Amino acid sequence: MVSITALMILIGIFFFLFATGIQAFAEISLHDFFLKATWNPAAYTEPAWGILALITGTLMVTFGALIISVPLGIASAIYLAEICAPKPREIIKPLIEMIAGIPSVVLGLIGILLLSPLVAGIFNLSNGLNALTSSIIVGIMVLPTIITISEDVLTSLPKEFREASLALGATRWQMIKMTLIPAASSGILAAVMLGLGRAVGETMAVLMVAGNSLAMPTSFFDPVRPMTASIAIEIKEVVKGSLHYEALFAVGLVLFIITFAVNFISDMIIEKRTRQYKW
Amino acid sequence: MKENRTLIEFRNFDFWYSEKQVLFDVNMKICPDCITALIGPSGCGKSTLIRCINRMNDLISCTRMKGRLLYKNKDINQKHIGVVELRKNIGMVFQKPNPFPMSIFENVAYGLKVQNIKSRSKIKETVEKSLKKADLWDEVKDNLNLSAFSLSGGQQQRLCIARALAIRPDVILLDEPCSALDPIATAKIEYLLKKLKKETTIIIVTHNMQQAKRISDNTCYLLNGKVIEYSKTDDIFHKPKYALTKKYLNGDFG
Amino acid sequence: MVNEILRQKIYFALFRGATIFSVATLLFVLLYILKEGSGVISIKFLTGMWSHADITEGGIFPAIIGTFCLAIGVCIVSIPVGICTAIYLNEYAKDNYFTRIIKLAIRNLAGVPSIVYGIFGLAFFVLFLNMGTSLIAASLTLGCMTLPWIITASEEALKAVPYSFREGSYALGAAKWETIRKIVLPNSLSGMLTGSILGISRAIGETAPIIMVGATFYISYLPTSPFDKFMALPYHLYILATQHSSPYAREYAMGTSLVLIALVFILNSGVFILRYNLRKRKEW
Repeated sequence: MVSITALMILIGIFFFLFATGIQAFAEISLHDFFLKATWNPAAYTEPAWGILALITGTLMVTFGALIISVPLGIASAIYLAEICAPKPREIIKPLIEMIAGIPSVVLGLIGILLLSPLVAGIFNLSNGLNALTSSIIVGIMVLPTIITISEDVLTSLPKEFREASLALGATRWQMIKMTLIPAASSGILAAVMLGLGRAVGETMAVLMVAGNSLAMPTSFFDPVRPMTASIAIEIKEVVKGSLHYEALFAVGLVLFIITFAVNFISDMIIEKRTRQYKW
Repeated sequence: MKENRTLIEFRNFDFWYSEKQVLFDVNMKICPDCITALIGPSGCGKSTLIRCINRMNDLISCTRMKGRLLYKNKDINQKHIGVVELRKNIGMVFQKPNPFPMSIFENVAYGLKVQNIKSRSKIKETVEKSLKKADLWDEVKDNLNLSAFSLSGGQQQRLCIARALAIRPDVILLDEPCSALDPIATAKIEYLLKKLKKETTIIIVTHNMQQAKRISDNTCYLLNGKVIEYSKTDDIFHKPKYALTKKYLNGDFG
Repeated sequence: MVNEILRQKIYFALFRGATIFSVATLLFVLLYILKEGSGVISIKFLTGMWSHADITEGGIFPAIIGTFCLAIGVCIVSIPVGICTAIYLNEYAKDNYFTRIIKLAIRNLAGVPSIVYGIFGLAFFVLFLNMGTSLIAASLTLGCMTLPWIITASEEALKAVPYSFREGSYALGAAKWETIRKIVLPNSLSGMLTGSILGISRAIGETAPIIMVGATFYISYLPTSPFDKFMALPYHLYILATQHSSPYAREYAMGTSLVLIALVFILNSGVFILRYNLRKRKEW
């Protein structure tokens, strides 16, 4: 019984979001919502409901974060799993897992206090709160996720692969490059997807360091306002049942669908992988 | 001994896993171009012994050894002998078939790619030759791009043999290659090994005495890490010198 | 051949560099907080009531208590329900298409951003069920968020119990519930608990949902009932960092984050120690 209630709640979340969000589209056309760049719900005369600038902000921060964290994360995972001596690994792994537990709001704080003056100084900007800074912060945030999951994937590969490869006279690097990385690729891809899901949904860090500008960004030095930040800022100030309220739910629904899809894809990748090779 | 030439020689060889000594004072000469079988009850050190020959035990931490292990009269454990080079000359086939998660073709071509052979025609030719040597060509020639995991267990094991043959090693070590296979697949592999001994030295670990009797030229009987008896297969099976050997061969223990 | 070994050296050096860079960055974050935050930590800071006018005069006691109450609330809401659901899904539910869909959905819900749970909590608990912005609404919202994490972690723990244990029990004539209670649960409970604690420690660091459903900034009393508003560490430090005008605000924000991290780390290291002992004991 308890479990059924739990399931009902979880499924209920989706329907509740859906039901509220969908009402917004009674008044806002899908075209305006997704393809117009102006989001100005509070305007007296003509409120605008285009989330294109918000989506662009989310995408910039997400991909910026991945560009930073994916190469570093995968290289570190390979080093920890295959190259590193066991002793340092025993220290570094728990350390990384611990750091994964740092709440994002703390990273946001560091972004404000330390990183944004640094970025402003290096690139000679008047304000360091922009897409680049938040990409770096979110990148640091997803780095432990990517490292730990990729490392788990690599260490879970059967030792037969390593033996077979070395017995054929491969060097350890050839073994890693020609056997382990191809065999682990789908798992590593899933790790990246998971990191992507976290980056898309990250709220606090981007709320604090992305700069909160509604203008359409043109470069990584522009301040942006990702979807999550918009919801967090505006939801407390709207009247329940108003169009603005419904529109924010619609934004939430878009977020939900994006992350759900990303997770679903990574799940499929893992599923397929386990079915393909029964080691 | 069948012949007096020596390819691999153990001299007063001891071996430990951390504190546990698993091989005691092994002295043994293995001659080229013949099949040498290692038999004995499980846990007697046969697999450890064979894995010393191409230094696969390097992968396990906390191992220690004493004595000398010579390949072509050179101590393989000396620093200046590259382990990678050694393994190119001494191939290995494992207990469980362990193809890579790639196509059949890529599995066999793996060793060539390791050696940076780029020419596609050369690779193709060698793959075909190796698969033919391993008696697998006729079964897979139309499906070279299928995943190696789609093959049956016996085919996978022959694929592993073909993969080892592709880099033309001097010696092939087989660590209980048939223990996971059914009798028909086993018979195919035994037939194959007898054919291969003309060009490569074969050292095989087996828990199956009859298999040793059927295929090997020389047999070595190990017990608790010590070589009890090592001589021609015919001799060891028909007139064993030691009571322990006789008891084992009769199935009194083991 | 020499070529290959050289190449190996170059690549390994590259990877080592990347690892050192990553680990150093992460470590730097940690040390920076420690250095900047430790300056304001004092007995007054930890146990004093909040004073809004002059933040140097007050402490973050209400926020610590608020976070603490929230953690307990989330535990009550999500751990029993999560574990029961996992047991049901893994042990009782037939392995059919429907169950697999449910499991897949739960795994995916674990990745849905916290803010989405936040707006759901606002709409459902705060407004629809009329709980107002309160401790209970926040507990329920975060509870919903942690539920999928706990279910997934508990399922893993249940799956780790070898099937042969169950067969052994059935072979002795034990009924299903007896088998679960005497064989499966004792062998998986610690795994489920570690998963749950990790979930809770993640939940107390979450800020976005509680902005919407309960936490406030301007109070200087402790919550006395579940329907009270409350202060919470992450929200507190967010406000200090972004909206407070005091010149000391940032320093105090750092101090607050140090406390928050310490709390999370204490929970997590408990899990690590538990897990380490568990691995030593388990021998299958």
